Formats: sequence, C-alpha cells, structure tokens
Amino acid sequence: MNLKRTLTATAALAAALQMVSAADIVGKITLKGTPPPEKDIQLDANCGKLHPDGNPKTKFFVTDGKGGLGDVFVYIKDGLTGKTFEVPAEAKVLDQKGCEYSPYVSGVQTKQKLAVHTSDPVLHNVHPTPAVAGNKESNMAQLPKSKDLEYSFENQEILLRFKCDVHPWMFAYVGVVSSPYYSVSEKDGTFKIANVPAGSYTVEAFHRKGGKVTQQVKVESGNATADFTIELKEEAK
Amino acid sequence: MDRPTTPIWIHRLAVATVLAVLALIGIGGLVTSKGAGMAVPDWPTTYGYNMFLFPISKWQGGIFYEHSHRLVASAVGLLTVILAVAIWMGDSRRWLRWFGIAAVLLVVTQGLLGGLRVTLYKDQIGIVHAALAQLFLCCVATIALVTSPWWHHYRFTPAQSRAAATLRPWFIFTTVAVFFQLLLGATMRHEHAGLAVPDFPLAYGRVWPATDKVALDKINESRIDQRDFKPITATHIYVHMAHRLGAIMVLALVASSWWMTRRNSDAPRFGRVWSNVWMGGVILQAVLGAATIWSNKAADIATLHVILGACLLGLGAAQCLALSRLASMFDHTVKSDDSRKVLKSSIESRVAAA
Ligand SMILES: [Cu+2]
Repeated sequence: MNLKRTLTATAALAAALQMVSAADIVGKITLKGTPPPEKDIQLDANCGKLHPDGNPKTKFFVTDGKGGLGDVFVYIKDGLTGKTFEVPAEAKVLDQKGCEYSPYVSGVQTKQKLAVHTSDPVLHNVHPTPAVAGNKESNMAQLPKSKDLEYSFENQEILLRFKCDVHPWMFAYVGVVSSPYYSVSEKDGTFKIANVPAGSYTVEAFHRKGGKVTQQVKVESGNATADFTIELKEEAK
Repeated sequence: MDRPTTPIWIHRLAVATVLAVLALIGIGGLVTSKGAGMAVPDWPTTYGYNMFLFPISKWQGGIFYEHSHRLVASAVGLLTVILAVAIWMGDSRRWLRWFGIAAVLLVVTQGLLGGLRVTLYKDQIGIVHAALAQLFLCCVATIALVTSPWWHHYRFTPAQSRAAATLRPWFIFTTVAVFFQLLLGATMRHEHAGLAVPDFPLAYGRVWPATDKVALDKINESRIDQRDFKPITATHIYVHMAHRLGAIMVLALVASSWWMTRRNSDAPRFGRVWSNVWMGGVILQAVLGAATIWSNKAADIATLHVILGACLLGLGAAQCLALSRLASMFDHTVKSDDSRKVLKSSIESRVAAA
C-alpha cells in the first residue's frame, strides 16, 4: 500500500517536473481589413426544416467584430524535427448537425482516429478530399442514426477538407498535424497551444481565406505569447 | 426507281433516342452545375440499393440529380441496344449495322466512364465523359438522319450537288470548331472552380484580366460562396477567356457558313433552312453564355447552355453529313456539255447503289 502510494507520488512528481519544462503558447489572431459579407446558405427543404429560425450563413470570416478572428488554425510548423509523438487513444469527433459540420475548423493528430458522427435525421455522404499524397480520399454514405465513420490520416495536411455532396454547402476543415501542438482560434481570436516543451519553434497561423502567417516563438519556463495579424488585400475589382 | 428504305419505326426509335440523349446531357449538366457528381458514393449501386429499386423518399438534395442521371442513362443504354438490333434486322446497309454496334460500344464506355468518375474521385474523367456525350449525340443523330424517309427520297440536281461540294468545307471546319468550343466549356465546368471570371463583357473590369499572384489572391480572398469552389488559378482564367474568344470565332464561322449558303443560289433548300436554324441557335447560345455569367452560373441557365451547345454540334454534324452525301452524288470533275450525260448516268448508278 505504502509502496504504491510512493510510486504514485513519484509519478506525479515526474509529471510535475515535466510540466515545469513545458509551457503554453498563447496569443491572439487579429484581422486587419474589412472581410466581404457572408452569404445566406440556400438549404434544401429537408435541411431547411432543421433550421426553423432561418438559414445559416457561410463562415469564411468568424470574427468578434473587434478585430479578433476565429477559426484560424495555429500549429507548430517547425522545430520538432526528430521527435515522435504518441498517438492519442481517444478519437476526435466531427458532428453533422442541421446539415452543417461541427466544428467547422478543427484539428487531429496524424494517425489519430477521427470519428464522423451524424445527429441529423437526413442522410449525408462523408467525403474527405485530401490534397496531400498518402491521405486517402473516400466517399461513404451515412444514414440517420447509423454508427460513426472512422478516419485517420497518415500525413500532415493543413487543412484537409470534408464535404457532403448531397448538400453542396456542407464542409469541414481539419488540420492534420504530426504533433499534438495545434489549436483553433476562438471567435475573439485567442488560441492556446498547450504543454509545449521548451525550445524554439516556427508557429504558423492559417486562415482559409486570409492565408498564412508564421513567426518564431521561444518557449522557456513561462507561457510564450505569439500574436498574429492576418491582413486582407484590398477588395478585388 | 426503287430506293431502299428503312422501316419508319426504326427512324422514330432513333429520333426518340436522340431526344433521350439530349435529356440525359441536360441532367448530366445539372449534376455538374449542382456539384452533385459524388452525391451517390457507390456505383453501380445507389446507397447500397439496386439502382432501380432505390426508394424515392431518399432522392434528397444532390442525390436527386445524380440518381436521375443514372436512371436516364440506363434508359438511353437500353434504347441504343434496341436501336442497334433493329437496324441489324431492318436495314440492309452494312456500314449502318456496324455503326449501330459502335453506338452501343460508345454508350457502354460512356456508362463505365461515369462510374469511374464516381469511384476513382477524378474530376478529369468528367471532362472526357462530357466530351464523349457530345460525340454519342452526333452518333445517334447520324442514325436518325440516315434512317429518315427524307434521306431515302429527297431528290437533288447536279447544280445542288456542286453547291454542296463548295459549302461542305465551311461546315466541316465550323463543326470541328464547335466541338473544340464544347471541349473548352466542359473543361471549365469540370474544374469545379465556379466562375473564373465573374463579369461580362469585361473581365474583372478590364479587357484582359490580370493573372499575377497578387490579383489572384485578391480574387480568391473576396470570393464568398456557399459552395467551396477551388481557388481560381491563372489557368482557370485562361480557359475561361479562351472559351470567350472561341465563342467569337464560332459565331464568325457559323455566320460565314450561313452567308455562303445564302449567297449560293444553288444551295439546296435543306441547307438553307438548317443553316438558318444554326445561325439563330448560335446567337441564342452566345446570349445564354453571357446569361450564365450574369446569373453567377445559375444551374438552369448553364444547363440550357450545355444542351443547346450539344444541339448545335449535332446540327453541325448533320449538315456535314448531308452535304457530303449530296456532294458525292455527282461527279464534278467532268465539265462542259458532256457533263449532263455523265451526271445523269451517275445519278442512276448512285441511286441504284444506295
Ligand atoms: Cu449532407
């Protein structure tokens, strides 16, 4: 009993020590420029019933109206060479609700399970359309109440698109990263990449429309801050 | 003067097949316009069902278009097989019998390509599938034409034959140009990039659009559509602009063919009527093309544009065929007064042989 307790304590201490040498990268994504207005999505009759309060809009620019930009995928792009990471046992979940994918932008580690769930009374097809070699394209039907479809991807891909061809407005974007160090910004632009070991890294912020921005980040004992600005070009035309 | 004939029902069957193929091209166009090509993930089954037993309650969203396309395609396949068998039994022309078999092979290939498009996830197959559809239409239109009572009974004069020989190169060249124009159109549609140039007659407000990286970034950044179209590339813009230039060329060529026919006092009546229809059709097609842009590629307008394009190609092919036949009815190498005799004997020998 005593021995067990000691062991537990030791393990906790070891974990704590490891924590000391790791910290979070936190920051905020700011959007500079006025984004084009979002459009109403034209749902079909079956999906329209699931949105009694009106049709949703496109979600190209998720903002808090105060400069914060959401749905930006942030990850460590460089500085982890040679390191391998355990594949998390638990699956990431991508839900289909009201004929929309939720979350719209998310992340998963390479080889980690991604379970695509349906909460809808209508059928969908789940069609990942990877662009990176080695990640498999497939197209599977998913009827209401049927069990989750499971995916895993071999190679890093920012961002891998999922679509439904029955409902041509349905998309999800999944950042497939070879490490656990990624995050998706909140509506106010804030993000947190947790438990990053000390070191110096290239961090990239990627937005589907605004493009990508990188910066060098040094992680030491405390949390490191990395703010990004995504700048829109002038309105086209 | 006995002329060989084809039982009229075979001709009617061929005409019905032509109409079915046009409908099929229309639904196929809708599948592409609606981005529903992959809405049924499996093939030849539909959501695991035998495609003919797939319940109507499940024809939702994009499935409706893709599934109807498959059903109509099956009907066209069946019609083509029946037509080929009918020709084999009821028409004595050897070449036509084999032509019927070729049509069956073509429709089977086309069906397989459609299936591969779905199961191999290749957009490019869509381009070949679209182009082959046009050729198949020409193929069944040819059958409908050569089995018609008109084809068997229409009488021509040597002067008309000579006129046909003069006009024929114009029509052949123009028809080939129409086909290339259709290829450009199909390429554009199967890039799934939406409208690469959203304004007309100008292109991004200019005579020739900018295609440098900065310009493209701006275009793609400000493009908001519920469909997640691929980012527009310089190639997309070039193909789009080539289709516009192609339209000008096709308009000019059809107008020239039409004008040549009009001016030629010996041109046969059918040539005049058909080239009038062709001219009118190609003008309407240009308007539909512009309307496709102005409506931001509304599916119904874009699909009408596809169907009319197919009709124009089919009509072009029919004209080439009829003119060629007429041109070859008489021997034009003999001039002078003797020609009468030569031509006359030529008529009789041709007619006997036909
Ligand atoms: Cu769906």
